[in-house]
Amino acid sequence: MAESIKILTEHFHQEGIEKLDVYKKHGGYAGLEKALKTMSPEQVVEEVKTSGVRGRGGAGFPMGMKWGFLAKPEGVPRYLVCNGDESEPGTFKDHYLMMKCPHLLIEGMIISSFALGANTSFIYVRGELMYVINILEKAIAEAKAAGYLGKNILGTGFDLELVVQPGGGAYICGEETALLESLEGKRGNPRNKPPFPAVKGLYQCPTVVNNVESIATTPWIMLNGGEAYSKIGIGRSTGTKLISASGHVKNPGVYEIELGLPVEEFIYSDQYLGGIREGHDLKAVVAGGSSVPILPKHLILKTAAGEPRLMSYESLSEGGFASGTMLGSGGFIAMDETTCIVRNTWNFARFYRHESCGQCSPCREGTGWMEKVLYRLEHGKGNERDIDLLVDVAKKIEGNTICPLGDAAAWPVASAIRHFREEFEWHVRHPELAIAPGAVFNKETEAVLN
Amino acid sequence: MEENTFKVTIDGIETRVAPGTTILQAARQIGPEVAPPAMCYYKPLEKSGGKCRACLVKVAQGSERDPRPMPKLLASCITQVQDGMVVENYTNEEVVETRKGIVEFLLLNHPLDCPVCDQAGECSLQDFAFKHGTEAQRYEEERRTFEREDIGPHIQLHMNRCILCYRCVHTADQITDGRCHGVMYRGDHAEISTYISKAVDNDFSGNMIDVCPVGALTDKTFRFKNRVWFSKPVDAHRDCDKCHGKVHLWYKGEEVIRVTGRKNQWGEVDEFICNSCRFEHKETKDWVIEGPAKMPRHSVLSANKYRADLVKKPAYALNYAEQNFKKIDDSRPYDKTLSEIKESEDYQALMEKNKSYKLLNK
Repeated sequence: MAESIKILTEHFHQEGIEKLDVYKKHGGYAGLEKALKTMSPEQVVEEVKTSGVRGRGGAGFPMGMKWGFLAKPEGVPRYLVCNGDESEPGTFKDHYLMMKCPHLLIEGMIISSFALGANTSFIYVRGELMYVINILEKAIAEAKAAGYLGKNILGTGFDLELVVQPGGGAYICGEETALLESLEGKRGNPRNKPPFPAVKGLYQCPTVVNNVESIATTPWIMLNGGEAYSKIGIGRSTGTKLISASGHVKNPGVYEIELGLPVEEFIYSDQYLGGIREGHDLKAVVAGGSSVPILPKHLILKTAAGEPRLMSYESLSEGGFASGTMLGSGGFIAMDETTCIVRNTWNFARFYRHESCGQCSPCREGTGWMEKVLYRLEHGKGNERDIDLLVDVAKKIEGNTICPLGDAAAWPVASAIRHFREEFEWHVRHPELAIAPGAVFNKETEAVLN
Repeated sequence: MEENTFKVTIDGIETRVAPGTTILQAARQIGPEVAPPAMCYYKPLEKSGGKCRACLVKVAQGSERDPRPMPKLLASCITQVQDGMVVENYTNEEVVETRKGIVEFLLLNHPLDCPVCDQAGECSLQDFAFKHGTEAQRYEEERRTFEREDIGPHIQLHMNRCILCYRCVHTADQITDGRCHGVMYRGDHAEISTYISKAVDNDFSGNMIDVCPVGALTDKTFRFKNRVWFSKPVDAHRDCDKCHGKVHLWYKGEEVIRVTGRKNQWGEVDEFICNSCRFEHKETKDWVIEGPAKMPRHSVLSANKYRADLVKKPAYALNYAEQNFKKIDDSRPYDKTLSEIKESEDYQALMEKNKSYKLLNK
């Protein structure tokens, strides 16, 4: 691949980019000035629609379309809420973006608020990231002093107050309606939908909730136009995406990639992850944060049909859940052959059990049940029917819950059994081998199974 | 009138309801045969519903204008009908299977201590599990356990039995100012409690016992006094300055052992009663007796007790009777008395058959 396009992280390497003057020197707030001075809110929404940018929080819903759904009744305030809760295991891109270049987010927030007609907007950041909140607040104070926030921004008559709200550190508060509940000062339980936030959101007013990365794309789109943005990427996956890579790779970290980059190139090229650590081989990949289905090496590099797998919404989900996965929030976790999939699945299940809000019964009871069964399996106390039991429990949770946490808890378990069933069976049949420290099922141990 | 109503089809039965009606309410209008079960939804309580997922139904056709089916099962208690909606409830295999799963989930951490539970016999979870669940359970893990806790002077909380339906939380929100009763912690370790063991101090707190679908909130003046199916409910009322004073009195012999609100066909108390009526007036002389209470649906309470004519006999029983004895139009009095039936040859033959059946199964 030729020179990679950088939309968000182009100037991240500059010294002091978190300061307003440095940010401005590198083209900051130019998109804002263009939007506020030369465009109407409707035009901004149109540009975003043209760009085809999709929500970067995980679901991949087109952002312009989401904005279009916002109800606009007379005399009722509208809100924009930026979801910076980011607590998916394996995802740390928003954290990086806010820490590195807070003004990019603030500029995006002002443009988006202008487009939606919101005069008070919120950035909800998870409570553990107090230092990020401090950085954001410092940046907001700077922006306010420079006249980008407050009353009559740039003399256009548009007013905006930006509020940073620390969350309590619950995974569930990344779900948009739970986030709104939490923002209102209540217990972060997801709401029943409908009504959707676009009709009744924060304080029962129309609200748009967007991911940090989605909002941060708006300054570039304003400057260069939605048309230019839509030319980047592949098919309906337009633009670039921040991928937070972790696991057994040589260069873990946050990368901005153009959507459509082959997965193989992303893992093995020196420009990106630089391959799997020395002397080891790739075993499995969780491509979009812990909640998406896990895929074995042969399915992540190539689709079931033999096509090379690309980093895009469509390509990663090709083959459905039988042989595909999802781009999700871009938490790319690579695992080499020393990883025990059963242990890994148990670890994910433990997380979801702990983070389930406990409102609806399939998720509350099901996550706990799966965790307990996986614990037994991992500790050599499982039996043959536990594996089918897990599949069945996952199936009964999936799709039957109030919010997507139930799905997120069920997918990793179901997919791990789908693709690594022999590993689970090995744990059942040879518990004495499986519980040994560091024991992993591989080609040699497979001989024991047969 | 036709213009202002929506057409809905539930399990093949067509009806017309007002816009804004939920699927569950529309199904209830048709009748108990098609009404989905509800463990957390409670009509008189605002914001209740959507949590237990027992009432999930399949929407096979969204509306007349947009006939696409809904991709996921929907909670019927909070989903409003649209014109021309087609809903599958008991006729959809996916729904039936999912409900089996919900029963299993709800029973996971439930202690199944029905033999010593005061709610047994009028327990929504028992009814729900009996009607919709499977016989066997696959759960082998340890259940969560809690200490029993007193919530105020009259109510005891058995958190072990709780299915976290949030009904009592909504009740407390409705009857008290501020938040004094709610859910602490998350997930399967979530727990109902009062604010730092503070009592729910309100004249209507006793209604939390009535709304509880299981035996998690129990009446301390009634605990372990009697099995509900051995007590006789009567309708009664009194002049009360706080509430409307319409109640059920539950008798054991001559003694009033319990006072509760009047439940409707769906097991919901439409009008709350005050604590004074519930806990302090337990003598017949306090009340004006109206007559035997109608005990609908909740099986063990209604079985042939007072108004047996109100209980519809199940179809299989009627068919069986028609084939083996005579056609029974399900109304009293019968032509034959019970002793006459017992003497009949058919009955004797049936008894013989039953005996051999029992032997086979041993």
